[in-house]
Amino acid sequence: MSSADDFSNGRSGQWSPWRAMLAEFWYYFSENKGAVAGLFVFIALVVIALLAPFVAPHDPVIQNRDALLLPPFWQEGGSTTYLLGTDPVGRDMLSRLIYGARFSLFIGVVVVIGALTVGITIGLIAGYFRGWIDIVIMRVMDVILAFPSLLLALVLVAVLGPGLINAMIAIALVYQPHFVRLTRASVMAEKTKDYVVSSRVVGAGPLRLMVRTILPNCLAPLIVQATLSFSSAILDAAALGFLGMGAQPPTPEWGTMLAEAREFILRAWWVVTFPGLAILITVLAINLVGDGLRDALDPKLKRS
Amino acid sequence: MLRFLFSRVIVLIPTFIGVSIIAFAFIRLLPGDPILLIAGERGLTEERYAELQAAYGFDRPIVVQYLDYLAGLLTGDFGESIVTKRAVLEEFFSRFPATLELSFCAIVFAALLGIPAGMLAAVKRGSIIDQSIMGTALVGFSMPIFWWGLLLIILFSGVLGWTPVSGRISFLYFFPPVTGFMLIDSALSGQEGAFRSAVSHLILPTIVLGTIPLAVIARQTRSAMLEVLGEDYVRTARAKGLPPWRVIGLHALRNALIPVVTTIGLQVGVLMAGAILTESIFSWPGIGKWMVDSVFRRDYTVVQGGLVLIATLIMLVNLGVDLLYGLINPRIRRN
Repeated sequence: MSSADDFSNGRSGQWSPWRAMLAEFWYYFSENKGAVAGLFVFIALVVIALLAPFVAPHDPVIQNRDALLLPPFWQEGGSTTYLLGTDPVGRDMLSRLIYGARFSLFIGVVVVIGALTVGITIGLIAGYFRGWIDIVIMRVMDVILAFPSLLLALVLVAVLGPGLINAMIAIALVYQPHFVRLTRASVMAEKTKDYVVSSRVVGAGPLRLMVRTILPNCLAPLIVQATLSFSSAILDAAALGFLGMGAQPPTPEWGTMLAEAREFILRAWWVVTFPGLAILITVLAINLVGDGLRDALDPKLKRS
Repeated sequence: MLRFLFSRVIVLIPTFIGVSIIAFAFIRLLPGDPILLIAGERGLTEERYAELQAAYGFDRPIVVQYLDYLAGLLTGDFGESIVTKRAVLEEFFSRFPATLELSFCAIVFAALLGIPAGMLAAVKRGSIIDQSIMGTALVGFSMPIFWWGLLLIILFSGVLGWTPVSGRISFLYFFPPVTGFMLIDSALSGQEGAFRSAVSHLILPTIVLGTIPLAVIARQTRSAMLEVLGEDYVRTARAKGLPPWRVIGLHALRNALIPVVTTIGLQVGVLMAGAILTESIFSWPGIGKWMVDSVFRRDYTVVQGGLVLIATLIMLVNLGVDLLYGLINPRIRRN
């Protein structure tokens, strides 16, 4: 009985600083109105993406030969059956856009998780062990960063074969050097601090020191970089789709939709305007959140 | 300074070797037999295959193949295009001026608009002007530029009919290239309207390519300016009774520009990535479109050579920025 009490006390003792941190974080974050607005838009997009099969009025890939290139409902010739009009083969724009949110958010999540885990692991190793392993790792990262990311991703997709999964792998690979550099720099800065030295003296092994002791104190810049990468990943994946190297038709990915719509730009403005607008809104919302996170997490910039 | 220069050049060597390894590996990692890919012939006989294998050196140990490739790169031999059979280096330099011209205009456009906008935002910090400038900059930063290009085409070429949709100059004009820069060549040609045609072809691509650098420069100028405006010497200048425009335009701007110049230099990578998309949209015959076309034409030797050339170009520009920064700011040199 008493041990259980101790346990719960210990737990609550552990949790309250977290809660305090969270409260402090929210205090600074919510001061940035743009960031809060961005967060709400982002949450709305996530909900729409999750509920796509229920909120989309039509099937995103079913073609209606009687409704080719219908304008949005407010224009002459439009109908409320297809609120945002139809594309050149008679698919509902709105439904395709709704399903497209799934792809874009999925791309962002997968790329960030991939780049983050690989980048943190390599960065921890480089920053903790230093020496030749650090030199080799950093030179390899320099090589990746020497290429424009989109070009390298394009060429990687050419090697792997066009497609959404390969595009995501390519983009994650191109992004991870940023996480390696950030992690390495923070680890190097933290490593000589007293709390790390003392836990080493107490007998913590390298793995524990790296992951449990040092890493949590390097998270702030990584979180900010992760948000930035999230939005860039969506942009780059859409760009690859636009160039014909990302998701392949009939996938309702926004960049791919733009590529399919290109030849109709002077005839049907809506097939070009809406997918791009969807990309812009999503990326903008995430970048707004990113700005807010930076303000709230970076003590150097805090209330300067 | 010489020591600083030397240390910066030295670190580029392993990076260049790494770039060359990636380019070298690229052709060998492609799905399918590299010889069939390069030869581009179907139904090869066994003798012909062996002949090609020997011709391209694929029968030798991989290390020898690489060293041979590297030696080729260092002597300016980037191989020849599978499709056109022309030297890759020659193709690169015939297209490079188009990209350079476009990138130059884009960065000038971005700096001319971005620096004043960032300054204004910093000076009017917290005001509605600041908020709208920074809001616009964030929209620009989040812009999918391939879509932005299409929108501008719809508006300016489609609805208003002001600008042409693609290319560098109207087909009505023809003159031999002198410098490769269309603005200069068209002016030199003396043909009436040629220069105007070149300018009108350049406007939309410049805006599209310059959008993201513009947003980055505006944000960077604002934060650099805010930092400088808090310095003692600015307060002193104000206390002396100097007019505000003198304090901001002279004392503050000069120091705020140091990080901004670096930012501008570091946009080269952004510009090259942007050129891939911008040139594809406007059929601009530069190296971005060249790379995309080559990927689709499976002209893998061009892709391979282009990778090395573009990466080298970016490395050299970054080196230049680094040195320039060291020149302006002596504190950097000591590290």
